[in-house]
Amino acid sequence: MQTKRTIFPNRVLPYLLLTPQMLITLIFFIWPAGQAVKSSFEREDPFGFKTQFIWFQNYTKLFADPSYLNSVGRTAVFAVSVTVISMSVSLLLAIAVNRLLRTGRIYTTLLVWPYAVAPVVAGILWWFMFNPSIGILPYLLSFAGIDWNHRVNAGNAMTLIVLASSWKQISYNFLFFVAGLQSVPQSLSEAAAIDGAGPFKRFWTIIFPLLSPTTFFLMIVNINYAMFDTFGTIDATTSGGPAQSTNILVYKVYSDGFLGLNIGSSSAQSVLLMGIVIVLTVIQFRWVERRVQY
Amino acid sequence: MIKTTFTAGLVALVTALTSSAAMAQTEVTWWHAMGGENGAKLEEIAAGFNASQSDYKVVPVYKGSYAETLTAAIAAFRANEQPTIVQVFEVGTGTMMAAKGAVYPVYKLMADNGEPFDKSAYLAPVVGYYSDSEGNILSMPFNSSTPILYYNKDVFKKAGLDPEVAPKTWADVEDFSKKIMDSGAAKCGFTSGWISWVQLENLSAIHDQPYGTLQNGFGGLGTEFTFNGEVQVKHWDNLKKWADAGIFEYGGPVGGNDAPPKFYTQECAMYMNSSASRSAVVANSADFEVGFAPLPYYDDVIAEPKNSIIGGATLWTLNGRPADEYKGAAKFFSYLSRPEVQADWHQFTGYLPITNAAYDLGKSEGYYDKTPGADVAIKQITRGTPTDNSRGIRFGNLTQVRDVIDQEFEAMLAGSVTAKEALDTAVERGNVILRDFEAANQ
Repeated sequence: MQTKRTIFPNRVLPYLLLTPQMLITLIFFIWPAGQAVKSSFEREDPFGFKTQFIWFQNYTKLFADPSYLNSVGRTAVFAVSVTVISMSVSLLLAIAVNRLLRTGRIYTTLLVWPYAVAPVVAGILWWFMFNPSIGILPYLLSFAGIDWNHRVNAGNAMTLIVLASSWKQISYNFLFFVAGLQSVPQSLSEAAAIDGAGPFKRFWTIIFPLLSPTTFFLMIVNINYAMFDTFGTIDATTSGGPAQSTNILVYKVYSDGFLGLNIGSSSAQSVLLMGIVIVLTVIQFRWVERRVQY
Repeated sequence: MIKTTFTAGLVALVTALTSSAAMAQTEVTWWHAMGGENGAKLEEIAAGFNASQSDYKVVPVYKGSYAETLTAAIAAFRANEQPTIVQVFEVGTGTMMAAKGAVYPVYKLMADNGEPFDKSAYLAPVVGYYSDSEGNILSMPFNSSTPILYYNKDVFKKAGLDPEVAPKTWADVEDFSKKIMDSGAAKCGFTSGWISWVQLENLSAIHDQPYGTLQNGFGGLGTEFTFNGEVQVKHWDNLKKWADAGIFEYGGPVGGNDAPPKFYTQECAMYMNSSASRSAVVANSADFEVGFAPLPYYDDVIAEPKNSIIGGATLWTLNGRPADEYKGAAKFFSYLSRPEVQADWHQFTGYLPITNAAYDLGKSEGYYDKTPGADVAIKQITRGTPTDNSRGIRFGNLTQVRDVIDQEFEAMLAGSVTAKEALDTAVERGNVILRDFEAANQ
C-alpha cells in the first residue's frame, strides 16, 4: 500500500496547521472527558462545595445496581433491533432503487428526507402518531384488537422507540447501500446470469459478499447511532419509561446526572460508555478495515 | 411613508432614552422556568417593577423546564456566572437548602437591605414549606400550587349525575366513574397528572400519614421514607384495580403529559392536577363546562381530611453577586409581595395567592364569587391544623426519588408487581438515594 507524503519545507508549519484542530479536540473532547474521569472517582454535592475521593465506589455501586444492569440489557436489545431493522429495510430499498434506471434519483431524494429531520422532531412526530389517547395508530390498532399503551406496556414502548429510531437511520444506510451497489461491477452479475444463476443466488453469492465492507461499516455506525444519537427520540417519546424499560445507557446518564444531579454516578456511566465507543472504534479500524476484503 | 418615518424616529428616541437610563441602572438577572402564558405574565411583572422605579432593572431569562433551570443555575454557580435570582421548583428545595454556601437566604437578604419582610403576612403552609428548622424563610415564595380535582359537568349531566355535586370521597369517585362509563357519557372515569405528587405525597398529607421519618425530612438528613404504609398501599391497590377496569387512565411519568388531553377531549370525566393547570383547563374546555373540587379522600381513614401540600416554585438568591444587585433583588421581592401584584398573578395563573393580603384583595373585589372554583385550592391547603405529616416534605435528591416512584407505579400497572411490592421497593430504592444525599452533604 502506498501512502502519500507531503514534505513541508518549514518545520513549524505542519504543527501550526494542526493547532486549530488540536485545540478544538483538547477543549471540547479531551478536557471534558478528563473531567468526567475525575468526577467518576468522586462523591460531590451538586454545587461542588464538598468533594470526596472515593476510589471505585461509583463503579462498584453501578454494577450492584439492578437498574443499571437492566439498562445494559435494554441497550443491547435496542441497539441490535435498530441495527437489524434499519439495515435490512434500507438494503431492500437500495436494491429496489438500484434496479430502476430513470426514477432512481427521485426515490433516492425522497428516501433521504427523514435523515434531515432532527431526532427530537422525529420523536414528537412518533409521539403524536402513537399517543394512546389522541394518536391515529392506537386508534387503528384498536380495530385489530390491539390495546396500544406505551405508557404502561414495556413491549409497546420498546417497539415505539425501535421504530422511530430505525426510521430515521434508514436514509443514511440507504445512501451507503446504493453507492455500494453501484460499485459492484455489472459484468460479474451478468456472467453469473449467463452461467444460469437466478437473481436470488446472484445476490447472495456475488452482490452481498461484495457489499460486505459497506455492511460492516454501517453495522458499526448503526450500533453507535442506536447507543448514542437516539437520545432526542427517547426523550420526546418515552423518557425511558415505563418502569425503565426504555432507559438505555445514554439516557440514564442524562437522567441521573442532569435531572437527578448525581454527578459522580453519571460520570462513571459516561466513562463506561466512553469505553464502549473506544472498543467499537478499535474494532472498526483494526478489524473491519483489514479483514473485510474481496 | 410619513407614518413609517415617524414610527422609526419614535423607536430611535425610545431606544436612546432607555439605553441612557439603562446605564445608570443596576441589572438584576432572574432565571425562570415559566413558558407559555404564565411566562408572558411573569415578564409583565418584571416590566411592571422596572417601570415602578428607575434604579434597578430586573431581566427575566427563560431557561427551560424546572429541572433544566436548576441544573443551569448550578452549572453557572460552579463557573461563577450565576444569576442573582433563580426560580427553583419545590422538589429542588432540599438540594438548595443543603447548599448553604450557595444561597443567600431571603430573610437575611431583606434584613440586610432594609426591606420589610413579615412572614406572618404569607400563607402559613407556604411559610412552613420554605422555612429552615429555626423558622426562617430561605427563599421568596412566588408560584405555589396544590393539586385539585377538575371535572366535566356536561358528562356528569349526561350520566344522570348532579353536575353541581363533585365526588367527595374515593368511593364516590369509583361510583360516579362506573355510572359515567355505564351510561356511555365518557370512556374513562378519571386521570391524573404528577402521580408521585398527587397520588402519594398529597395522599399521605391529606390522610395524615407519614411520608418519611423525622417529620417528613424536616428534622434532618438522616430521614427515611415510610410511604409504604397501609393507606398508601390500599390507594395504589385501588388505582391498579381501577386501571384494569378502565376507570383510571395513566397519563405518563413525571408531570403526566398524556393526562390533560384525556380530560380536554372528554375521554376522562375527571382530572386531578395542580391548581395552576386552571388557565390551561379553562382555555381547553370550550366545548364543556368545568367543575372544581378538592381532592377526594377515604372517609374510613380520616373523617376530617388534613390540608394538602405545596407544589410550584420559589425564588432563591445566590451568593457571589455585587451588593447593589442584592439591593435591587430585595426591592423586587417587596414589589412581588404587593397585594395587587400577587392577586393579579394568582388570578391569571391559578397559583395560590402567596400573601393573606392578596387573598383578601381578591375577596373584597368579589373575584371568588365571580369565578367559582378559584378558591378551592386555597381552602384545601389552609383547612384544619397542619400536622408533621401534612406540613410538607423535605428530602434531598427528590427528583430521583420521584422517578423511582413513577417507575414502580408503572411496574405495578403492568402487573409485574403488587401495590405493596411496588411501594416497598420504592421506599427501599428511595432510601438508597437519601443515603447518597446524606453522604454528599455531611
